[in-house]
Amino acid sequence: MYGKKVKLRILFITLLFSSIILFLYFFLKSFEENVVYFLSPSEIKVLPEVSTKKIRVGGMVKDQSININSEIINFIITDFKNEINVTFSGSVPNLFSEGKGVVAEGYLKDRNYLRATKILAKHDENYMPPEVKEALGEK
Amino acid sequence: MLTNQIGYYSIILGLIFSVLIFITSLKDLKNIKILNKKIFFLSFFQFFFVLLSFIALIFLFISSDFGNEIVFSNSHSTKPIFYKIAGAWGNHEGSLLLWLLVLTLFIFLFLLNSKNQPIKYRILTLVYQQIIIIGFFLFILLTSSPFNYLYPIPTEGLGLNPILQDPALAIHPPILYLGYVGSSIVFSASLAATTQNYISKAWAKNIKIWILISWIFLTIGILVGSIWAYYELGWGGFWFWDPVENVSLMPWLCLTALLHCVLVLEKKSLLSSWIIILSISTFILSVSGTFLVRSGVLNSVHTFANDPSRGIFILVFLFILILFSLIIFFFFKKENKDEKIKIFWLSKDTFILINNWFMMYFLSVVLIGTIYPIFLEVLSNDKISIGPPFYHKLIIPVLIPFLILMSFSQSLSWFKSKIDKINVKLILVFIISIILSFSIAKIAGSKNLYNSILVSASLYLFLVSIKDFFNRYKSYAQSISHFGFSLLILSILLNGILSTEVTANLKVGEKFIYKEGSIEFSSIKSYQKNNFKSIVGLFKIEDKKKNYVELEPELRIYNQPITITSEADIKTTIYSDKFLVMNKVKGDDYFNVRYQVKPFMIWIWISTFLLAFGGSLSLFRRINEK
Repeated sequence: MYGKKVKLRILFITLLFSSIILFLYFFLKSFEENVVYFLSPSEIKVLPEVSTKKIRVGGMVKDQSININSEIINFIITDFKNEINVTFSGSVPNLFSEGKGVVAEGYLKDRNYLRATKILAKHDENYMPPEVKEALGEK
Repeated sequence: MLTNQIGYYSIILGLIFSVLIFITSLKDLKNIKILNKKIFFLSFFQFFFVLLSFIALIFLFISSDFGNEIVFSNSHSTKPIFYKIAGAWGNHEGSLLLWLLVLTLFIFLFLLNSKNQPIKYRILTLVYQQIIIIGFFLFILLTSSPFNYLYPIPTEGLGLNPILQDPALAIHPPILYLGYVGSSIVFSASLAATTQNYISKAWAKNIKIWILISWIFLTIGILVGSIWAYYELGWGGFWFWDPVENVSLMPWLCLTALLHCVLVLEKKSLLSSWIIILSISTFILSVSGTFLVRSGVLNSVHTFANDPSRGIFILVFLFILILFSLIIFFFFKKENKDEKIKIFWLSKDTFILINNWFMMYFLSVVLIGTIYPIFLEVLSNDKISIGPPFYHKLIIPVLIPFLILMSFSQSLSWFKSKIDKINVKLILVFIISIILSFSIAKIAGSKNLYNSILVSASLYLFLVSIKDFFNRYKSYAQSISHFGFSLLILSILLNGILSTEVTANLKVGEKFIYKEGSIEFSSIKSYQKNNFKSIVGLFKIEDKKKNYVELEPELRIYNQPITITSEADIKTTIYSDKFLVMNKVKGDDYFNVRYQVKPFMIWIWISTFLLAFGGSLSLFRRINEK
């Protein structure tokens, strides 16, 4: 019916399309699983439901809130409107201290409690997460 | 004050020379003989004035002249002299001046080095390069002049961020910039060659030198940056898939694809359109890299100095460059008659094309992962970040066919290869690598099939590359680079699979016992240095097999600006690195300690160096051929 050339070309195009679709599928799937949303304590308070996905919470470490023993570090992240308790076991960066900006990555237990798996702090000692800056600006 | 003036007016003079070059070359394009000598001098003076202003800036830093704004905000009189000099490019304004210096130096070297090329092509390259150079001149003069002065003159500077006070990071930006800027020559030259319809074997020979230069510096630049991140940032990794790291990886991937394609052009004059597209994208990616890092669009873990207003300038500049290069590409690109030659499927060309497909795949993964969060934030105000798992999931599985095809392609020839000739040995090596990998898995007690397959594939490439050293017809440069690459993948994989980590919060005198051993925090001492106070802890670590090691990590409290940094203590052997870092959390009693064992760490550095070394060998051979 068709010539050899046409058949080859059809084969090539189907192969190309199917691989693109396959690629997109894996891409989107992996995307969905690995995207981490960044939220402030105030945004967490108004979440419709507590999801089981990993999130990042940014804010300032509340004064006098760090509590430490040999395995866990507990502290409170605040954006000066709302706050959230964080519990963490692992290593913290240099700039992690009270009154400084911090970003904690982990899983929410409820709207007041985060189990962090990683603590990030910015290199700049004057750094403030943008949300906190906004919150401070509004005050 | 005087040095400041010299620096500032040198930049303006440099800009005048750029405009002069631009106008005279366009006007006299027909009268080529006169032009040839004139542009040579003009381009020398342009370089000279930029150099002068750069020297003026360094001089300002050395003499701690705090009347200058950027010296004031980035330097301090107690800083060691080496970091005073490095401070000149450790900030936004100075680093742009360095960009410009390298831009003008490279185009001057290009003029020197391309005397055997057609004159029109050389001059057009120069003209296109001037567009980039003028763009950067304007950027510096309008938005970020390094020579603003302050009055009254402050008596003391604010100091350089201590994390940046490090030998690796002092040389990291200049090397990376040499790589980025090298791609600008490739960009202008390929546009010039398109306009002149000069994409040919001879052109490929000439441009390959610049591709190699750019690629070597980019490789070394990324390497130095990773080494710095490894020992200074204290998390014990060397690659975080951070946007700032990704923007240096993207031009590298593009350039690697280009490096291989140009070989096909040189041998068979094929793929010319693809090469132009790659040259354009490499440079655009380099400029976007600078834009993303410097504009503050990327809020990354290591973004320093940033200012959004500058972003708009680079964005417009970038847009003009893209538009301009696309116009040239579509209007001037003529079909090459030689390109009708058929490619035999089992030849090097096919596999280089496949390599390119893989590179483009890796590039698009990294590109989307880096750019998507920015777009999402602009469009929907959602803030997201895409972590390492995203990249790992999309890149690592694809490595398996990539590695196997790469090993397979090594023994192919440029024209037809016979199937039976290559098969037997390669299959034998393949079986050996599978057996090896599974025996490693057995010894290490790992039951992960996926990891074993990955290790098999990289071992296969590793063994094939070793075999290649005994092949007399191969160039050593290629063998060394490919061997380096296989070693790199192998050590990254083994490092990733076999690394272990423990963290604990300890007081002085406490001992922490965990499954594989114990960490004892035995003592602490502190001393005062010129610009920081240091606290050194002594840790005694013993593992199950009674291997004993002492590590002394340090905390530094810098006075200007007041910053705490932790210096990890790393014991390196050829098998593994033992890495310990401590941080103070609150008050004086508790220290947060992280201890890591990272196998084959040093081989990651060595192999990347080998990769670049292979490139350099090829570069020197090409320069000597002339």
